[in-house]
Amino acid sequence: MTNEGSILIVDDEVQIRRLLEITLSANGYKISEASTGKDGLLLAASLNPVLIILDLGLPDSDGLEILKKLREWYQKPVIILSVRNSEDDIVKALDYGANDYLTKPFRTGELLARIRVAIRQSQVIQDKPTLEFGSLSIDLANHTARKNNELIKLTSTEFSLLALLAKNEGRVLTHQYILKEVWGMGYVEQTQYLRVFIAQLRKKVEDDPAKPKLLNTESGIGYRFGS
Amino acid sequence: MDISDERHDPDELLASIIQEEAKSKRGKLKIFFGMCAGVGKTYTMLQTAHAEKLKGSEIIIGYVETHNRKETAELVEGFELIPRKTYDYKSTPVQEMDLDAIIYRKPQIVLVDELAHTNAPGSRHTKRYQDVQEILDNGINVYTTLNVQHLESRSETVAQITGIVVRETLPDEIFENADEVEVVDLTPDELLVRLSEGKVYNPERSREAIENFFRKGNITALREMSLRIVADRVDKQLHDYMQHKRIRGPWKSGFHLLVAIDYSQQSTRSLRWAKNLSYSMGSNIQAVYIETGHQLTPKEREQLDKNINLAKHLGIKFRIITNFDIVKAIVDFANKENVTHIIIGKPRVRNMLTMFSWGNFVNRLIRFSGNIDVYILGSDSQSKDNYKEKFSVPSFTSNLTQYFIISLFVAFTSLVSYLAKDFVGYQVVSFVLLFVVSILALFYGTGPILLAATLSALIWNYFFIPPQFTFHIEKPEDVLMLIMFFIIALLNGILTSRVRRQENKIRIREERTHALYQLTRELTLATGIDDVSKIAVRTILKYFNLECAIILKNERNLLDNQIQNESKIQLSENELSTVEWVFKHSSKAGKYTDTLPSTDYTFYPLTGNTDNIGVIAVKHKIIFTQGENEFWEAFLSQISGKYEREFLRNTARKAFVLNESDKLYKTLFNSISHELRIPVATIMGASDTLLSQSYPEETKIKLYSEINTASVRLNRLIENLLNMSRLESGRITPRLDWCDVHDLANKVTDNLKQELLPFKLFTVIPVDMPLVNIDFGLIEQVLHNLILNATQHSPIGSSIRLKLFYDNGFFTIQVMDRGAGFPESELSSVFNKFYRGKDAKAGGTGLGLSIVKGFVEAHQGKVTAGNRQNGGALFTVKIPVKISDINQFSKQFD
Repeated sequence: MTNEGSILIVDDEVQIRRLLEITLSANGYKISEASTGKDGLLLAASLNPVLIILDLGLPDSDGLEILKKLREWYQKPVIILSVRNSEDDIVKALDYGANDYLTKPFRTGELLARIRVAIRQSQVIQDKPTLEFGSLSIDLANHTARKNNELIKLTSTEFSLLALLAKNEGRVLTHQYILKEVWGMGYVEQTQYLRVFIAQLRKKVEDDPAKPKLLNTESGIGYRFGS
Repeated sequence: MDISDERHDPDELLASIIQEEAKSKRGKLKIFFGMCAGVGKTYTMLQTAHAEKLKGSEIIIGYVETHNRKETAELVEGFELIPRKTYDYKSTPVQEMDLDAIIYRKPQIVLVDELAHTNAPGSRHTKRYQDVQEILDNGINVYTTLNVQHLESRSETVAQITGIVVRETLPDEIFENADEVEVVDLTPDELLVRLSEGKVYNPERSREAIENFFRKGNITALREMSLRIVADRVDKQLHDYMQHKRIRGPWKSGFHLLVAIDYSQQSTRSLRWAKNLSYSMGSNIQAVYIETGHQLTPKEREQLDKNINLAKHLGIKFRIITNFDIVKAIVDFANKENVTHIIIGKPRVRNMLTMFSWGNFVNRLIRFSGNIDVYILGSDSQSKDNYKEKFSVPSFTSNLTQYFIISLFVAFTSLVSYLAKDFVGYQVVSFVLLFVVSILALFYGTGPILLAATLSALIWNYFFIPPQFTFHIEKPEDVLMLIMFFIIALLNGILTSRVRRQENKIRIREERTHALYQLTRELTLATGIDDVSKIAVRTILKYFNLECAIILKNERNLLDNQIQNESKIQLSENELSTVEWVFKHSSKAGKYTDTLPSTDYTFYPLTGNTDNIGVIAVKHKIIFTQGENEFWEAFLSQISGKYEREFLRNTARKAFVLNESDKLYKTLFNSISHELRIPVATIMGASDTLLSQSYPEETKIKLYSEINTASVRLNRLIENLLNMSRLESGRITPRLDWCDVHDLANKVTDNLKQELLPFKLFTVIPVDMPLVNIDFGLIEQVLHNLILNATQHSPIGSSIRLKLFYDNGFFTIQVMDRGAGFPESELSSVFNKFYRGKDAKAGGTGLGLSIVKGFVEAHQGKVTAGNRQNGGALFTVKIPVKISDINQFSKQFD
């Protein structure tokens, strides 16, 4: 199929669509465009694109509703690209199943990086026994991590946290999601646990804990591994 | 009196100019004037109206009474009729002219019959002429009709001629100020013919009328009177005209009349008579009342008010003078005003004493008045029926108890003296009695003292002077002594009570002055309209013992219909409409006035220097005396003045705020438009260059990076504006969450990597820094703006220090640079919107720091700016926070 590797852009602003079309085409992606939520859903169903870039402020419907409908059947990455920049909106979009969120204005370089990460993640089969990030290697099967080939002492909670973030490399995980996954449903409000453990993890895995490269903070939203 | 003097009187000239000006805005009043009913006034009026209508004037009928006369009824045809308004008077519907409808309709000319008519109770005004005044005030011309017997100054004469008392009277000034008077004249014979033909009344009434009112003698007299009045009017107009145009000519007279009135009914006669005299003499006329401090009874007070009102209605200028000596006051006033004739009324003879003092009064008046003529009017036989109520001689205001007490004192003293007379002798007793009378005079009025003097004289005579127990006196020296005793006792008593009265007057005056002073002082301290209202209500209750309600205008100069606080008075719908009227016309209304007198309240306008302020409603228990009235007016003027100042201050304040926001808007506009244009210009220019020609790669990259920088700058401006608008709308509520301060610092310095490149950044965070509970996003922005600000004001290569720590409940952020710092004078305005330091680099909007302040304050925190000891600025942010115990958690989960 010719459109197998295409990216669907759902945005009502012609100028943004044109900018994305130019940028993405130049980077070897095939592009299809929709200016309304309805058209977006139709095109997504008929083309089954590898990734969808979705605007939240669409003329006919709210982007979040479109995302919800998409997620009923569409498994591949969705990146939200919107002028809405409140933490609430972002967290909600991520909870609804968006893989990433970028606010306008955005840097095209950043967008391309996120697209790459998202596509790669969706294609990688997640049962790799070890994950490698530069000098850090995480052995998922044995629940161990090594830095510069030296074993790092990690508590089980620390390892679970590190493993969760590492498996979702490049993707923003919200505080609530992490707390639920690592500590359990009853702890989704206990952000201070998370802060403490992230700070401890940084001391153990980062080259310079003051300038973290692996455990990145997304202000008011959550954490993103690597990238 | 020098005639030419009067002609050049500037006051009079000014008055005539003002009158002229006022008239030009007002409607014109044309009166169809006749000697009595049936001469065809209404008919003539309608005819004239038809003629005017043919000329194109817009004429409507406000109120015309045809009296079922056929010819008149025919003439009504063809005019628009304003429907009459129905009032329920004692459950009988009464139809009256609909004043509001006429004013609303606003024709050129309105026909209003019977100017002297009295309106049904419940109407706005008591009298129709007041309605007409209001119509004229609204710029509508009025045609109306009037009979001579309705003129105030003539009503008494008419009553004397015809024997019929006219109740519906019209103030002379209305007639005098009419723009045009047309006499509708008929010879007595013609009128009688018309009457007998049944053209005026139906045959039955006609016969009755001819027998009573319409006797030929009567008609002739009335006719003469009406023609005379109109002739006088023409004369006066000529006089006015000549004066107005400064024409030198023979003046009718240089006479100037002064009527002295008091609180007796006699004065109404004096006033009417004097008015008539002034008509025929063509002279000026004034009236004066001398307030001596004598306490008036309610009846006297009421009569005095009637007299004063009559003077006003007759168009007589009226003055009140306070002086103990009536004669001196009258003469002084007369001399000052160049009066040529003084007119006084003769009192009815009551008793020897009054006769005596009156005689003395007249003698003194004649002696002091010099070359001024004095007219003394005979008393009026008709008002004899009032004799009884008038009997209370002015000074005899003491009550019966006082007479009783006095008698008791005299009796007791006499008894004691009687027992002691054998030791002291009967002559000494006279001194003892005299002494007692003198003492009593200090406490009691003239009446009781007169009694004491008489009583003690009689007792002394009867019980003490030999032969005892007879009124007969043997020795001539005893007779002399008795007479002297009596006179001394009397004089003593009267003089003392006079002094007391004077003192009383002074005391009242002092009290009033004091009250006014108190009011002024309290008002000076008052701030805000509510405060003024409170003080006004309180002081009026205190000094006048009156409950009052104050209704003020709002910003749009309309009445608020909301009673100011602290008042217990509730006003009905009707009363509120009276308030409206009072406010609009700035004249008083309600009880004791001519306008809407049927309510319980009297409404006074609060009038400032330039504008009406509102209305005050009070419930009078008794009508004010003249003195009280003056006091009241003074009070109100103080209160109005203060209100006006408060209103002006409010207006000024609003104007200031408006001005400020206008300034802010302009600053914003200037700043934003500049800040928006520069990056847009860069983007446009650079992209244009890139599009038009092909450049070497190096140039291209430079242009690309310019576009990039410009867009970053533009984005920052937009972020700032959005944050600012969030702050302005007050929608910022911090969403507190646990925050790792290291995270905060990393995030900000990472974001500002580019900007921080030329500087050395030192970040200091204590090792044991706990988690703090803040809104990460907002504080990130705070830190971001503070560091960005430092980069914009510091020399390249200098160091920027960032200290984050927790101290005693406060999360503290300090940002230090080595820039120029702030001039001491500007430290307070650093966080103001659009404040920009003098050395600031291009690209700022002056919003960054005010956003810092806003976000910090949203956290209940404080931000301060200061200068560092060795140069540079220091910003300190202190936010009260909760912290968490980091170690406890680590242990728990390790």
